[in-house]
Amino acid sequence: MNEFDSPILSVRHLNKQFGNGCESCRTQNPEQMLKNYCPVCGTVYACKDVSFDVYPGEVLGIVGESGSGKSTLMKCLYFDQEVTSGVAYIHTYKDGKKNLFEESGQYKRYIRNHLMGKVYQNPILGLKMDFSSIGNIAEKLISAGERHVGTMEARGIELLDHVCIPIHRSKEAPKNFSGGMQQRVQIAKALSNKPPLLLLDEVTTGLDLSVQASVLDLIKNLQRELEISIVLVSHDLGVIRMLADRTLVMLEGRVIEQGLTDQILEDPQHQYTQQLVHSLL
Amino acid sequence: MMTTATAYNFAFFDEGSKREIRRATLKAISIPGYQVPFASREMPIARGWGTGGLQLTLSLVGKNDTMKVIDQGADESVNAVNIKKLIENTTGIGKTDETSEATIIQSRHRIPEVPLTKGQILVLQVPLPEPLRAFEASELETKKLHAEKEYSGAWLMLFEQIMKYGNMATDADHPVMVENRYVMAPSPIPRFDNPKMNHSDALILLGAGREKKVYAVPPYTRVVSLAFQDHPFEPESFEGESCKVCGANSVFMDELVEEESGETYYQCNDTSYCIERLNQAQEEGAL
Repeated sequence: MNEFDSPILSVRHLNKQFGNGCESCRTQNPEQMLKNYCPVCGTVYACKDVSFDVYPGEVLGIVGESGSGKSTLMKCLYFDQEVTSGVAYIHTYKDGKKNLFEESGQYKRYIRNHLMGKVYQNPILGLKMDFSSIGNIAEKLISAGERHVGTMEARGIELLDHVCIPIHRSKEAPKNFSGGMQQRVQIAKALSNKPPLLLLDEVTTGLDLSVQASVLDLIKNLQRELEISIVLVSHDLGVIRMLADRTLVMLEGRVIEQGLTDQILEDPQHQYTQQLVHSLL
Repeated sequence: MMTTATAYNFAFFDEGSKREIRRATLKAISIPGYQVPFASREMPIARGWGTGGLQLTLSLVGKNDTMKVIDQGADESVNAVNIKKLIENTTGIGKTDETSEATIIQSRHRIPEVPLTKGQILVLQVPLPEPLRAFEASELETKKLHAEKEYSGAWLMLFEQIMKYGNMATDADHPVMVENRYVMAPSPIPRFDNPKMNHSDALILLGAGREKKVYAVPPYTRVVSLAFQDHPFEPESFEGESCKVCGANSVFMDELVEEESGETYYQCNDTSYCIERLNQAQEEGAL
């Protein structure tokens, strides 16, 4: 089978809820719910039956208002949070036959360290602020089994150069850097062991426009050069339009619409998407 | 025979306490390098002054034991003397300065120069038992990291030192991998002493009273100091130097300054080893 026919990541029926649920909300009757919140027991249904595929070399955008479950979905994919139910497969991992969510902590770590990279909206979550920038990159390499200082230093400098961090600042801690620089160090770290899958969670939110443009440019170039697959979460349709090949639209924990980015932006079907696209113009 | 009349039980503790500590110790020996939590007792010395080691010693000591207590290589520092007195007053057992005569050696931050032998127990006092603490502040998280054998943090800390200083700058407490499973803080012994832990003939017990942890290196266990491929582990080197007092070389030495001349000189850190050598030289000279 052609490689482009089989997705690198498949997610099926992913559910994530905070709280145990009760008689009232288990049926998900819309009349008894406040959006995705159950007023009786306080359970929040953050992701409801989310399914999607990511193909090699593709950028998949996920868009939606805040609270729609985008970031929770990303946290589940990077094992920062445990899913309530659902399955996910990476086709290069154990022949794509093993549900990632059911693996042991040790294997999850392996997947994180070898097959994925993640860039968080808040650099504090993705970086060790007190360690040097090059140390931050080395951390990912060390976790992936590298034990040669010279190799790691060379790779770190190469990557920092790639994301336009001056080499004389490579041994400085990210806490001394501006937000944009921190974000670029995070990207360098996420890319350090050439993961086939990169997760980007609102990477440009909170950056000023010129820095935003340079970070987006960087991502676009890296993606072309390294042919990695990216899942990109944003509430900014401009970012989605520029980067994403395909897009999912999420609302209250559900995927309400998906398709080619152009199609979604030019001819939105769902009422919410129409509203979203309209507000962009 | 007890030297002083005392209201205390043999070896200070009640038998229940000893049993609890011994049970933790047995578990520690069964899982080399794993930190076993134990109910650290209130002791007549302050936490952080060797209560972990003292509790291990008191739980193990029997009437036929001979003990030696050292503090940074010295048998006669205040801390060592006080601990020795407490053990002596509550057990009445004999004490010695000579490493080879002791059955239990409690030590702060050194492993004696005289090689330990089968049947001896070395008890090390530990201030910070968690080798990953500087990397991860949460105990819950470090426990997970140990469980999953995820030790990138330990290597990362060494990597940072190489980036900053050009070499691994751990003076003491250089982390070790025990039996290819647990990364362990060897207590703040100099790097010079790290290799003595590997394949040791004696049992090594480590106790942290304030942090309430006991761990162990059973005899003949593989203990490897962490290092990188291109930055191998190196103990402190005293090449070309010898002890000003006894002339010994290839031992761990203190660098001291002669006040009057301002010159630096070296002297054995292990005082009983130094004295032993002096006595021997004198005897040989007398013959």
